[in-house]
Amino acid sequence: MTQIENIRQEFPELGEQVYGKALVYLDNAATSQRPLSVIRKWTEMSEKYNANLHRAVHRIADLATSAYESTRDAVQKYLNAEFREEIIFTSGATASLNLVAFSFGEAFVREGDEIIVGEAEHHSNIVPWQLLCERKKAILKVLPIDDSGHLRVDLLPGLLTPKTKLVCVAHISNVLGLLNPVKEIVNICHSNNCAVLVDGAQGIVHERVDVRDLGCDFYAFSGHKVYAAPGTGVLYGRRALLEQMPPYMGGGEMIGTVRWSGSTWAPLPQKFEAGTQNIAGTPTLRPALEMAEALRNEAVEAETNAIKELILNKLQSDPRIRLYGVPDAPEEKIPLFAFSVEHVHHEDLALILDKMGIAVRSGQMCAEPLMDRYGVTGMLRVSFAPYNTVQEAEYFIASLDRAIKMLEG
Amino acid sequence: MYDEWLDKYEYLIDLGRNLDAFPEELKTEDRLIKGCQSRVWLDATVEGDRLYFRADSDAIITKGIISLLIGVYSGRTAREIAEDDFSFVDKLGLRENLSPTRANGLASMIETLRRTAQNQL
Repeated sequence: MTQIENIRQEFPELGEQVYGKALVYLDNAATSQRPLSVIRKWTEMSEKYNANLHRAVHRIADLATSAYESTRDAVQKYLNAEFREEIIFTSGATASLNLVAFSFGEAFVREGDEIIVGEAEHHSNIVPWQLLCERKKAILKVLPIDDSGHLRVDLLPGLLTPKTKLVCVAHISNVLGLLNPVKEIVNICHSNNCAVLVDGAQGIVHERVDVRDLGCDFYAFSGHKVYAAPGTGVLYGRRALLEQMPPYMGGGEMIGTVRWSGSTWAPLPQKFEAGTQNIAGTPTLRPALEMAEALRNEAVEAETNAIKELILNKLQSDPRIRLYGVPDAPEEKIPLFAFSVEHVHHEDLALILDKMGIAVRSGQMCAEPLMDRYGVTGMLRVSFAPYNTVQEAEYFIASLDRAIKMLEG
Repeated sequence: MYDEWLDKYEYLIDLGRNLDAFPEELKTEDRLIKGCQSRVWLDATVEGDRLYFRADSDAIITKGIISLLIGVYSGRTAREIAEDDFSFVDKLGLRENLSPTRANGLASMIETLRRTAQNQL
């Protein structure tokens, strides 16, 4: 067996059939499949270590707490964060982004201040900032992309003013699949005393993330897109900033003391982890990130590069097809491709591909402003994971041609 | 099973293609059916106690489905439509097998037909 076939054995869902055909799962940017190591950890936490965290002295609570807290150490190490209390567990990227929008906003954003958001962001990295700006009477500015989908970083210095408090960009857009020059953005912003938040929902899957190397102030991601249990997530935040930010939610273990005259807060990271945490889910981040690490090898890289070449060739050479997010060089594109086909509706294509066993995404991809920018009501998106094969890419291309033929008549 | 599905889609695509042209000026916000992934417009006219429907969609399979629906219900009385149980959709094996978003779209189409008929009673 090849290495990829061995890897696929670890992901039970990949062996499923739909409509009597082998499942070809190409909707990884929405959620990734889970490996056995994650499923086992998840079950183990429910079967053997189910107790609430931090608060009780009994044995099971102690074991559950150490599984949870050692996950924090593992995530800290994986992201190369300086301090373990810079890792906040959340329910996902959306929760992480909303946490920053509220707590950073309360601490640092005043009337007339500015927040800058990239034009290709998904709704989770737009709406929290709109809510913040409404609350604080602040101004939301947009850093545009060009037609090929590249962020116009050259326009950033002109957009920044002394009132700009935060710039929010995706590490990799979930529609365009292009790697943004985060380090360059951080350099520009930091020399303007402005903080940078990176939405790593896709970045954590396809890049080896080192927050100290990137230099960003916040990095947010969801567990379920990187093989972990759903309802898990991480916010990395620079300690000096997190310490100055008030809590987002109140209750549970986030308190120091509670009096009628007022309450005080627990130190980091508990200050931002109100209520009962995802006891069974969060510890799956550890085997999940171990899987992500194990999947960074030459065999997988070679397969991914072959898939990218194949799909890019097809989508860029077919005159009926318009690709969104056109890379200058293959290295800046992850194996995620959003496109549209002339005179053919994305929903029709998705329905037919589904019956051929291929799971793809169609619609607005939670990025309506980006759809408007390109003047479309939706797109079709195929997103590959390290466990996808060249054969699946070939089957997709053949199936796409067949579906287009049916629809063109 | 898979070829059967593609045959079903071929048929719906064909129906969609042969649906009478829908006037552009009728593609208004109030004729748009909410709850579908693609855009679906439905226009109803009343002649006597009977309702006549015209429809369109920017997705061809959806257009085929709405064509089936208005083929069955156009020209019937408001009471007949309002009291119908729409079980023919299940007989065609459409509801259960279409994707959830699409099933919602179909439910929205049926709901719009039913409501339009009820408003005439």
